[in-house]
Amino acid sequence: MRSIFVHELKSYFHSLTAWVFAAFLLCFVGIGAMMYNIQAAVSNFEYVLSLSSLAFVVIAPILTMRVLAEERRQRTDQLLYSLPVSTTEVILGKYAALLVLYLVPLAIIAVYPLVFAQFGDVYLPTSYGSMFAFFLLGAALLAVGMFISSLTDNQGLAAGVGIAVMLFNYYSVSLSEYVSASALGSAAALVVISCIIGLVLKLLTGSGNLGYWTGFALSFASFAAYLLAPDALEGLLPEIMSALSLFDRFYVFVNGVFDLKTVVFDLSVIGFFLFLSVQSLEKRRYN
Amino acid sequence: MLQVEHLTRRYGTVTAVDDLSFEISADGVYGFLGPNGAGKSTTMNMMTGCLSATSGTVKIAGYDIYEQSREAKRRIGYLPEQPPLYLGETPAEYLRFVGEAKGLRGDALARQIADVMEETGIGEMRGRRMDALSKGYRQRVGIAQALLGAPEVVILDEPTVGLDPLQILEIRSLIASLGRSRTVLISSHILSEVQTMCSKILIISRGKLVAFDEPARLEERLAAPGEIALTAEADAQTVQALLAEIPNIASAAVVADSPERSRFTITASGGDIYDLSRSIFRAFAASGHALCELGVKKASLEDIFLELTEGGKAE
Repeated sequence: MRSIFVHELKSYFHSLTAWVFAAFLLCFVGIGAMMYNIQAAVSNFEYVLSLSSLAFVVIAPILTMRVLAEERRQRTDQLLYSLPVSTTEVILGKYAALLVLYLVPLAIIAVYPLVFAQFGDVYLPTSYGSMFAFFLLGAALLAVGMFISSLTDNQGLAAGVGIAVMLFNYYSVSLSEYVSASALGSAAALVVISCIIGLVLKLLTGSGNLGYWTGFALSFASFAAYLLAPDALEGLLPEIMSALSLFDRFYVFVNGVFDLKTVVFDLSVIGFFLFLSVQSLEKRRYN
Repeated sequence: MLQVEHLTRRYGTVTAVDDLSFEISADGVYGFLGPNGAGKSTTMNMMTGCLSATSGTVKIAGYDIYEQSREAKRRIGYLPEQPPLYLGETPAEYLRFVGEAKGLRGDALARQIADVMEETGIGEMRGRRMDALSKGYRQRVGIAQALLGAPEVVILDEPTVGLDPLQILEIRSLIASLGRSRTVLISSHILSEVQTMCSKILIISRGKLVAFDEPARLEERLAAPGEIALTAEADAQTVQALLAEIPNIASAAVVADSPERSRFTITASGGDIYDLSRSIFRAFAASGHALCELGVKKASLEDIFLELTEGGKAE
């Protein structure tokens, strides 16, 4: 794993990727700090992080798009498969390199509240609590982006799908107010989600039967739930959309609450998508 | 060293590799021959753990490639058909990464990198980005990464494909030198290449192993009965009459005919081809007709290959 990690990290700093990522994040946070903390003289640094979280919608997919897609395109994935390292080590090594890359600008940003504290009253626990949540939010989005990159050998496609997924996650709470809260609407949404799960399974396992039958079984279960207990489905769709929002959970920290549920949720998302990335890589060995 | 037992790989209803079994126990260069689509690359990918098998086992120095993959992969070096290079890196950086991934550290890593660079002749290119290297040098870097970690088995998938004649000669000589201290398995569909480099040849057709022997023994085993080219100072009718008296002739085809000279291609029906050649010589000497040409045309590796792979219609 160490060799993969070091190799990956070197390749980021060799190319422009690391520098552009750091510059973009620092620029975004810098503009936010100038607007809130300097011009408006607000002492809450967490508001800057809240504003800057939007940057992840673009920078996380751009950073992760090449992680696995490029290996596949250059056929260097064959080298990784033939080396005495496991697929899990490959994924963990690459992910650890992404996290270090992300931590570099974050370490610079971590100095800002201390600087502002010299000129006024900054409540540091909320600032650093939010920064911790900001790190977790980015880490979770990087795991999602990594999984998307494992599905294709086309970097552009990986970035495009990544941006769409993260944008949807960013606006999911706002969108949840517009979607139907009726039992029928929830059932229809569940059927769509079932089909998406089936398709992802098909992509991951290469087994059409498994994917289609899982999608069909889940769709059938959703429809059956609608027929048998329609009350249970009332308002379910908006609830799901709000519950899955990584950004919304981050705002809880911005509001001054150290929410352990968010920490567990973000860590679960990271674990889940890294697991899917390992499976996606393994699937190529089997198909 | 390398044991393959009942290896099978299916893609849906298509069987790419079908119950393949063989064992290589000594150092040397081994050729893996087969027409396009015969299953060579699929087999090599399975032998190196890049692809799973539907059934069967592959053991490298006694370690199962799927069950004890880390131990098995430490003992194997693999160059796929397309060298797996990070083109933005230099050979030195790339080899350092591969060496570290193979568990080499510190002095041992530096020493091995220097050794494989010298062995493959890429020392002077060590600091140049690989996207600026020629195809031949890229291939050498690919071979160098396969040699890191001193693997007991080196598998090279079509190592000379796409190279110019000079580069081909260089790579061939490199592979021949590698075979003196390791087991090297190379795949190719260039028969002359395999014939000159390999001590033993595996021929695969439609995913099945159809031959595994030394080139000379393959020729011996499969070349009989062979053909004889004959040119005599007599018309075809006279020659045919003389040949009719000689046993073990399956057919005698007229290639050219004139009153002064005629040419024939004679196919033997069995027995030693040189005995037949001797009988023909004596028959013509006794008849007083001069023999201008009497040449034994044994089956080449091409003929053997075509015979075993059913005319190369493996796809």
